[in-house]
Amino acid sequence: MSALRRRKAGNIVMLSLTYVASVLATLPLLFILFHLLQKGASTVSPDFFTHMPRPVGEAGGGMSNAIVGTLILIGIAGAIGLPVGIGAGLYLAEKRTGALAMTVRFLSDVLNGLPSIVLGIFAWQFLVRPFGNFSALAGGIALGAMMIPLVTRTTEEMIRLVPNSLREAALALGYPRWRTSLSVILRTALPGIVTGALVAIARIAGETAPLLFTAFGNQFWSTALREPIAALPLQIFAYAISPYDEWHAQAWAGALVLIVIVLVISLAARHVTRARFGSSTD
Amino acid sequence: MTGAATGDRLYQLAVTGFALVIPGLLALIAIAIGVAAWPAFSTAGLSFITSSEWNVQAGKFGAAPAIYGTLVSSFIALALATPLAVGVAIFLSEIAPKWLRQPVAFLVDLLAAIPSVVYGLWGIFFLVPMLRDHVVPFLRDTLHLGGTPLFSGPAYGPSMLAAGVILAIMALPYISAVTREVLLAVPRSQRDAALALGATKWEMIRDAVVPYARSGIIGGVILGLGRALGETMAVTMVIGNRPEISASLLAPGYTMASLIANEFTEATSDLHLSALMAVGAVLFVVTLIVNGIARWLVWRVASGPRA
Repeated sequence: MSALRRRKAGNIVMLSLTYVASVLATLPLLFILFHLLQKGASTVSPDFFTHMPRPVGEAGGGMSNAIVGTLILIGIAGAIGLPVGIGAGLYLAEKRTGALAMTVRFLSDVLNGLPSIVLGIFAWQFLVRPFGNFSALAGGIALGAMMIPLVTRTTEEMIRLVPNSLREAALALGYPRWRTSLSVILRTALPGIVTGALVAIARIAGETAPLLFTAFGNQFWSTALREPIAALPLQIFAYAISPYDEWHAQAWAGALVLIVIVLVISLAARHVTRARFGSSTD
Repeated sequence: MTGAATGDRLYQLAVTGFALVIPGLLALIAIAIGVAAWPAFSTAGLSFITSSEWNVQAGKFGAAPAIYGTLVSSFIALALATPLAVGVAIFLSEIAPKWLRQPVAFLVDLLAAIPSVVYGLWGIFFLVPMLRDHVVPFLRDTLHLGGTPLFSGPAYGPSMLAAGVILAIMALPYISAVTREVLLAVPRSQRDAALALGATKWEMIRDAVVPYARSGIIGGVILGLGRALGETMAVTMVIGNRPEISASLLAPGYTMASLIANEFTEATSDLHLSALMAVGAVLFVVTLIVNGIARWLVWRVASGPRA
């Protein structure tokens, strides 16, 4: 009887521990969001989006250049990452088990596992060093390279979800293969691919490490692609490690804005999937 | 018909070309890092990895402290994150009432969406002071761990411990997402059989569910390790950036990624720059190996017969 009691007690203890683990695991997120709101909300004003950074000692000012810079970097990254990722995803979904497809799939996972700072070194060596100056273009390309494996993977998965009968029906109606792939298969899988693209964008929007070597950051207003450009994460980093209280406040405000951007994109991604596949995916 | 054939050929060419970008990109990355790192490797030789003297003025570059710091901080991260992540995954797949699963899973997943630099900011202003003022005194005075080398010496704040804790928070969602997925893939019959034999719920989880999913869980942990090894910004902001090996977890340290990020902007000599890139090369190789092992583990068990 005591053996049974011991087993039951063990059961209760271990099951309670999983409750404790769940509470502990969600606490950091709640703390981070709370601190961001507490420290950042009071500094975020309309000025924050429309004004340039102020020098040390002057309160106020904004990060308009960094916000625009981040949008430009995302644009360049998307222009590279989306077509390549979607094209490679189409290839992988259609070839499935060919030797090249297996290799590309494996290498895509390898690329996805590389630290982002390594991609920064790559872009620096080829796009910054030879030209002698940091540039928005190099930063965008580093981020675009990060996007490629993410978009490839989701595109492949989404296209595989499209029933084969759809492809067969289109081919039976006399559609050439390429039009079947692009206007039937790709189109059916589009909401899922959009979700994947948004997730990838959310991931690179806050990326900082590769930009240290490439976009570099800029205290002034610049939208030139061949010049160093400001970016929200870089600005947060620079302000966070500075010794000035005014800049710390700006860093919190920037972090709050960044996290809102990332969360809005992430939620949009979930919404797109749900709209297409209904509640069955959740 | 020829129009369709041309279209097909063009389409094939285009998607194959896009697919080939991936191997091409990896090759370029390897070349870039190799070229950038070569001067440092050829100057320092094997001592680049084994020497622990990183002295920019003297032109001595030994990356051992950074390699050590990367391993130690990642180990702390996994030691803290794995039990929590597996606990959450078990809770979500086996125990939690239906209405609670979605929200908790969502909150844990959100941890993965927070940018590294935001973790760093939070780390500087909350985690580091919190560890210094509350956790370290607790470890020393209440648990009497101050006498052990791990928790001895002055505690200024930025430390290996802080880096490990922030990495744990960042790796947690990756480990728990993979674990949750593999636990959900365990067949119902596995659970029913254990319960039919009179197992308690915990015994069912321990003896019938977790062993079945073990390989996937290990894969998830190694995926988390891959993330932790290469994490840059948050670590740079809380680890203290000092190129010395210290037994104490309360002392500042360096990781490979944080060393590169922290010294890049101040590197003026070509050899210093090259040494930083060589650290990147070591990091590149280490993450390749770790990710390779993770994939191999998952593949081996997924394709082999199950007990």
